[in-house]
Amino acid sequence: MNMTQGNFAQQSQSRSYFKDILSVPLLFISISAILFGVGLGLSGMTRSSKVLGFLDVFGVWDPSLMFVMLGAIAVYATAFHFVSKRLSKPLLANEFSLPNTGKVDRGLIGGSILFGVGWGLAGVCPGPAVILSTVSTSGFVFFSSMLIGVAFYHFVKRRGIL
Amino acid sequence: MYLQDVLNALSGGALIGFSAALVLIVNGRILGVSGIIGQIFIFKNWRDVTWRVVFLVVLFLTGVFLSHVRPEWFDGQPPLSRFGLALAGLLVGFGTQLGNGCTSGHGVCGISRLSKRSVIATLVFMGTAILTVAIRRFLTGSAGL
Repeated sequence: MNMTQGNFAQQSQSRSYFKDILSVPLLFISISAILFGVGLGLSGMTRSSKVLGFLDVFGVWDPSLMFVMLGAIAVYATAFHFVSKRLSKPLLANEFSLPNTGKVDRGLIGGSILFGVGWGLAGVCPGPAVILSTVSTSGFVFFSSMLIGVAFYHFVKRRGIL
Repeated sequence: MYLQDVLNALSGGALIGFSAALVLIVNGRILGVSGIIGQIFIFKNWRDVTWRVVFLVVLFLTGVFLSHVRPEWFDGQPPLSRFGLALAGLLVGFGTQLGNGCTSGHGVCGISRLSKRSVIATLVFMGTAILTVAIRRFLTGSAGL
């Protein structure tokens, strides 16, 4: 009897572990990733020519991608200010875990400058880079060197060089 | 600029906003692709990393699927040589980690939250990108489109 109970406790514990790590939250994450990918594709963010046209303000400017940000902010700001702020915690997690919004430091500015140069050269930012990673050879080259850039940053940071 | 482009941009943007809102309301996290990638490199524990890996894998698979059903959403011609693309990739990878975010994390989530950091980061990377394209146009006569 005791043994069955013990077994049961162990089983339900491992079941709740899987329930936490797998299943429902990850279903929502997957839906979110699909919507995100379709949104990037539909809006034109996966076409570097379109992105570079948007950034080509002093040339033949195509301002249409401005509306990507507009549409995204309209929806997200509504969700943030009118939904998430009324919740004491997220629906399927223990707490909200949001980054600081305050202090501007040198890393923020310097990093954003480097990112801007890379984005202006290739017309690809990290989200589209994931999508393009296997679509073309150039997508693969960009994505893999982006990962090397990420790894290099965390390497030098861990070494205390930065 | 055509009306159709604007409508696609608006509705695509709304989808992006909705997907980020889903991550916020369900999971309590910011949807920032560079942050998601970076946190996997830092690796704290599986619980922390699993949802990020799932997000990236599903996004990647969505891309594979879309490239077959919506080939018009993709470009044929890369804007740069292989070397140029590799350099740009390194800058985007390193820069987004140092600057703590990219177009999704700062540009969409951060600005919506009225984060001072994100507003400034977005202005800086948009300004730098516009300047980069302008300099390239000045030097080579084309923006690489």
